[in-house]
Amino acid sequence: MNMNTNTGFKIIQPGIFSLIEDAGRFGQHGIGLTSGGPLDRHAFRWANRLCGDQQSAAAIEITVGGLVLESKVNTTIAVTGANIPLSINKQSRELWQSHQVKVGDRIELGFATSGSRGYLAVAGGFTIEPIFNSAATVPREALGGLHRDGTALQAGDFIPCPESLSGSKLRVPHSHRPDYSANSALLRVVLGYQQQAFSNINKQRFFSSEYRVTESSDRMGFRLKGPAIKPTVDGILSEGICLGAIQVPADGQPIVLLNDRQTIGGYPKLGSVLSLDIGKLAQLLPGGRLRFEAISIEQAHNFLLLDQQRFTDSVLDAVDEHE
Amino acid sequence: MNALQNISIAGENSLIVYFGDARTQIISEDIASEVAATAAKLRDSLGTLLIDLVPSYASLLVIYDPFKTDHHAVRAAIRRALATPIEPDNSQSGALVTLPVYYSTESGPDLQTLADNAGLSIDDVISIHQQSEYRVYAIGFAPGFAYLGELDPRIAAPRLATPRQKVPRGAVAIADRQTAVYPAESPGGWNLIGLCPELMFDPSAEPSMPVQVGDRVRFKAIDRDTYLDMGGLL
Repeated sequence: MNMNTNTGFKIIQPGIFSLIEDAGRFGQHGIGLTSGGPLDRHAFRWANRLCGDQQSAAAIEITVGGLVLESKVNTTIAVTGANIPLSINKQSRELWQSHQVKVGDRIELGFATSGSRGYLAVAGGFTIEPIFNSAATVPREALGGLHRDGTALQAGDFIPCPESLSGSKLRVPHSHRPDYSANSALLRVVLGYQQQAFSNINKQRFFSSEYRVTESSDRMGFRLKGPAIKPTVDGILSEGICLGAIQVPADGQPIVLLNDRQTIGGYPKLGSVLSLDIGKLAQLLPGGRLRFEAISIEQAHNFLLLDQQRFTDSVLDAVDEHE
Repeated sequence: MNALQNISIAGENSLIVYFGDARTQIISEDIASEVAATAAKLRDSLGTLLIDLVPSYASLLVIYDPFKTDHHAVRAAIRRALATPIEPDNSQSGALVTLPVYYSTESGPDLQTLADNAGLSIDDVISIHQQSEYRVYAIGFAPGFAYLGELDPRIAAPRLATPRQKVPRGAVAIADRQTAVYPAESPGGWNLIGLCPELMFDPSAEPSMPVQVGDRVRFKAIDRDTYLDMGGLL
């Protein structure tokens, strides 16, 4: 990679909450570090793929919108995820598509009309010095990101990236672009952990009821509101928590733990949401409606492998310059 | 594998191994040694199939790469690890780390209340806290936060009814029969009895923590001047 730090993007406005994220920080749970990484992995990896053959390069996760950048580089960018109006030099541009930008261009993102997380990737990825092997920003841990201290992007920041003069204009086929407008999702769940501490009645209630996303939802976890489910135990010896774990505190209102979750905890858990559905959850706004569906571990493995195959096999469409 | 271990699904790419009798939820040195030994074996046998491990008091979360292996293979590896006898723990495994503490009502705002509730003098509490050698049972909650046990029951105390918004970095704290040093300023509900000048988590240091799971910790009282000389803040 060209490590020239004179080329890159200047942050004119950081928007509501914009973070540098790569695939995540792994293998560090032993010292209490969480994994971080993009909440919507589907949108993240498509943004990266539009910018070249890259899947886990550092990109910007934009929550709701408002990000304004000035380009100090000639390169290719792409924005995927939530429906956030994108313009380059005041010209409206498509999401889920790569665009060439040149030195002096102004890239503006409005505010999401559906969904809540967008991803801006750049050819070659942003050049971020990793900490514990990752660029992922975890504000709660004061780790990662541009300044390596967990701070979100701020006005005046300069994010280096290499120059890239190659790159054809590509777009993601419509069949791979989620529709976030319903603000609802069906999440697949692998039962596990203390599932035996939940009676059949409680499990039936959980899987047949609708839950809503509350305002108290962030990168650590989404707190839900709906029919209470009560485990037969109040607390357990603190134990490791995996991505998507559904934790049920004493009030019976489930919390789905996400990328910035604490690594160990002492509340009973019913199981875990399939990683492929974490992005669907993270795109919901407060008030978003949720249902859950139980799947077996075998089905979960199949879904993961099929999704991977579908991503790998899909062909990007070339964009006609004269449309 | 003995009857007191079981393997449960945690998520699509995670299994969790429970040690001891899960219903009684006991904390013991023997169980902690089994957790540590199993973690070490799995690190060797699974290699790059492993994404991460989370050892805790009586469980081990095993996170694997679902594109390289599956839960049947990982379950089999766990069973093999559990089947090999574990050397009886002589309780001397792991490094012994001594952490300096400035105990006082100035640095430990809950010291007086804790002593009063325990029917002890402040000096007794300070002395009892230093008498035990603690084991690092788990690391989590925040980077570098090590759960140390078990605390002498005479100075055990429940968490505060209302957690503090701000606990300073280095705060030495007690909750139930556990003790810990806050690695960074954060909210917290443990009882504060002193301050430790040593950094419990320093991302720029190698290693980034002075202790790891399985190590042993002793606390040693220092006076105010020594605390300040060592870089402690008040």
